[in-house]
Amino acid sequence: MANEPTDSIVLKPKDFASDQEVRWCPGCGDYAILNQVRKLFAKLGKLREKSVFVSGIGCSSRFPYYMETYGFHGIHGRAPAIATGIKVANPELDVWIVTGDGDGLSIGGNHLVHLMRRNLNLNVLLFNNRIYGLTKGQYSPTSEAGKVTKSTPQGSIDMPLNPLSVALASEASFVARGADVHKKLGEILERAARHKGTSFVEIYQDCNIFNHGAFAYATQRDVREDNTLYLEHGKPLIFGKDRNKGLRMASCGKPEVVELGKEVSEQDLLVHDETEECFAYMLTRMYQPAMPEVMGVLYCVQDNCYEDLLIDQVARAQAAKGVGDLRSLLYAGDTYEVTPDSP
Amino acid sequence: MSDPHRSNPAGSESSAADSAQPQNLTAATVRFAGDSGDGMQLAGMRFTDASALLGNDVATMPDYPAEIRAPAGSVAGVSGFQVNFAAQDIFTPGDEVDALIAMNPAALKANLQDVRAGGLILVNESDFTESNLVKAGYVDGYNPLDDEEINANYQVTRIPISRLTQEALASSGLSTKDALRCRNMYVLGLIFWLYNRPIDVTVAYLEDYFGKKKNLPEVAAANIMVLRAGYNFGDTARLFTHRYQVDRAVIPPGTYRRITGNEAVALGLIAAAQLSGKSLVYCSYPITPASEILHSLATRKQFGVKTIQAEDEIAAVCAAIGASFAGQIGCTGTSGPGLALKTEAVGLAVMTELPLVVVDVQRAGPSTGMPTKTEQGDLLQALYGRSGECPVVVLAARSPADCFDTALEAARLAVQYMVPVILLSDAYLANGAEPWLLPDPDSLEPILVQHPRANGDRFQPYSRDPRGVRPWALPGTPGLEHRIGGLEKQDITGDVSYEAANHQLMVERRQRKIDNIAEILPALEVCGEEPGDLLVVGWGSTFGAIRSACQQARARGQRITSVHLRHLNPFPRDLGPLLSRFERILVPELNAGQLRAVLRERFLVDARGLNKIQGQPFLIEEILDAVDLMLDDRWGDSLSRAPVARNRTAKRG
Repeated sequence: MANEPTDSIVLKPKDFASDQEVRWCPGCGDYAILNQVRKLFAKLGKLREKSVFVSGIGCSSRFPYYMETYGFHGIHGRAPAIATGIKVANPELDVWIVTGDGDGLSIGGNHLVHLMRRNLNLNVLLFNNRIYGLTKGQYSPTSEAGKVTKSTPQGSIDMPLNPLSVALASEASFVARGADVHKKLGEILERAARHKGTSFVEIYQDCNIFNHGAFAYATQRDVREDNTLYLEHGKPLIFGKDRNKGLRMASCGKPEVVELGKEVSEQDLLVHDETEECFAYMLTRMYQPAMPEVMGVLYCVQDNCYEDLLIDQVARAQAAKGVGDLRSLLYAGDTYEVTPDSP
Repeated sequence: MSDPHRSNPAGSESSAADSAQPQNLTAATVRFAGDSGDGMQLAGMRFTDASALLGNDVATMPDYPAEIRAPAGSVAGVSGFQVNFAAQDIFTPGDEVDALIAMNPAALKANLQDVRAGGLILVNESDFTESNLVKAGYVDGYNPLDDEEINANYQVTRIPISRLTQEALASSGLSTKDALRCRNMYVLGLIFWLYNRPIDVTVAYLEDYFGKKKNLPEVAAANIMVLRAGYNFGDTARLFTHRYQVDRAVIPPGTYRRITGNEAVALGLIAAAQLSGKSLVYCSYPITPASEILHSLATRKQFGVKTIQAEDEIAAVCAAIGASFAGQIGCTGTSGPGLALKTEAVGLAVMTELPLVVVDVQRAGPSTGMPTKTEQGDLLQALYGRSGECPVVVLAARSPADCFDTALEAARLAVQYMVPVILLSDAYLANGAEPWLLPDPDSLEPILVQHPRANGDRFQPYSRDPRGVRPWALPGTPGLEHRIGGLEKQDITGDVSYEAANHQLMVERRQRKIDNIAEILPALEVCGEEPGDLLVVGWGSTFGAIRSACQQARARGQRITSVHLRHLNPFPRDLGPLLSRFERILVPELNAGQLRAVLRERFLVDARGLNKIQGQPFLIEEILDAVDLMLDDRWGDSLSRAPVARNRTAKRG
């Protein structure tokens, strides 16, 4: 961790609140996420001056203004690129990207893909509300097909894409999912913060103005346990209010929901292995209402980070050729002398 | 300079000499031309280095196809390398070719029109086969070598270079294919003989490059054997009536190296990082003709350089901005289409007032245009091509070596004024080479950068010093936590603001900061008489042709003055007064009149444009023609004229 506490001053969550008035709509899911992040920063003893929040454009991208850290509110979709430059220039900084489904997967989809394959040591929080909020209610790349919005009065004819599938296909080393009001969001964010490499967290987030209730099935107290499954490494895949449902591998190679009881025991269930890429991908493809949607850490492996490799290349060049200075820069290659007495 | 009635075929200004003694020339222009795979660039570069080491002034211009491997033998696949070497100061690779080497019919076809009347054409007769003639588009049994007009207008010398190369390597055991790959060295040896220069430098190069670096001693030996064979052939075959000698030029003493514009940009950016105690973060997406800057920097990590090959042009500029925010020197490089993609991010750098250097190696546009050909078409894009009121500093380099100074200045201004700087180069500068008098590293002025520390008060990221520059507070500094972004800022505090009067104020503040840079610009270097009858105003890579043309015009008694602009935004303070002292103003540009339009708008002067949009640099004589039209009041009412087309063979009559 670049950001362990170095002195005895203990910061509280409110110490990470900037003096800016938070201007999300009342009731927006973003508030809950902001609170969880501030709490986490206090818990992990992070330093304000060492932290940088980087964002693009959209409601979620206002996030940096509300954190008493360094912040860069960039342009639409480009937060991953800006963050890459920051991290490469100063790897000591603790960098957090906050983006949304439009910012991160539509206009900035390219950058997000390449950020994850490079595996810079930073964190990506993708607030997925399945709608364009700041532009007042058009469908997004994660909106369900047929979605009726201002720009799709007859229903959207785009197939949505799945952020977690994209992350895995982009060689992300850490892939997780939470929800704005999910009680485990703090734990998930902590895992992300502790992971060395690009940590990608999709957060189901309610836009109570333009897409209210899009994730009610996953967040409402009375139904969420039956509709989602919280993953824990090495534990069987069990879910349900009564913890009586599980996932078993069906004969066709797909998971199926089974009820625990006389015929099916825990030993028959799939066990979560967050180091197995194919397993993680399978988990991303489970949708309500047929299957529970997974929460928690789907995938987590260690791999080299881009900035470390780059620093290593610089070090190796300096070891092989000596640390360059101006003279060795200029007076290199095929130089020749012209003397004053030349004819 | 170009006397069509000269008798010597291979250079300018001969003195009488018998054929046994080399004729003295003050300058000569040689063009090596062949198929893409014929090694013409290598031959040209070896000849250039040997000439530079002999003390000539040199200027080069490669001309290669956009296709990596265009069909063999086709005109599209012809690759050329032109070198002008001289016993005097020269500023261009030469208007006309004194000696053309054509390795196949396509090379002859593509280059014949540039050869001076009476010039030497050396052809590889082995490859003038019927099928190659057809590939070059010569049909119906026509062979240019048998063309009476061509033979009358030029000194055509046929040499079966391919066959002679194979014969030279008969005992080497090399395959025919490998042997033929040495053809370029045969030609090079021959040209070394023709211009009376030793081959030892090239022998040493081949031993080092192929023998040591690539560990291919047999390849080195074969190339050297063929180089010597070509040289000896010149000595023994007596095919040429003359040999030529170009003495060393009187150039300032010092240490030199040959440098291209792209290489010089790379070195200038590293120098800026070294002089400011920062590391260079160069983020770029490959694009012709700017990629060599990325390549060059990637090999120089020992200087602390960090290079990122980004996923696209937008990511490249955004990563550079991020690097600057984090306190290093963030730079990106591209060409016109890439600059268009970076537009929004450059606006972000203007709004966040962060240092940024954007190198635009211009090429012929619009759109994909002609990627390997030169143009100055991006001036207005650099000046104005953004949303909103969005001024940036714009600089232009004037020669390959000058790219070093301009890149260094671009980075210096960017970090000292917290502004984006667009550096305009072009394909002609990027790939052209000239001798560079190396500066004394100790003479380069350090770039002083100050980063604030907390003083207990609330940090004000948009407070300003007397020059209008905001503080560069680095993430990692306790107590200076702040947020920036593309939204309009409240003056001083930097908080987001939609206040009407504040927006106007901030637009003015950003403009004034750029305007203030004019205070520190050096006085314009005005060349020639003042007031004269005509002022020629140029910018960028046209410097050499304009300087040469003006010198020649003055030598023939015309009262003309020239000035060349490095700073295109802001303009130097003395530009307006200078313009106002002239009734006739000529602005030669490789575009449709972009600087001309700006000068007219800004200074209300009646500037006229000589506008060449052909993907090629100006010839000196094209500018001289325009000077004549202006001075003789034959220009007429038109704002812009294209150069008069040349017909060299017709001049002979």
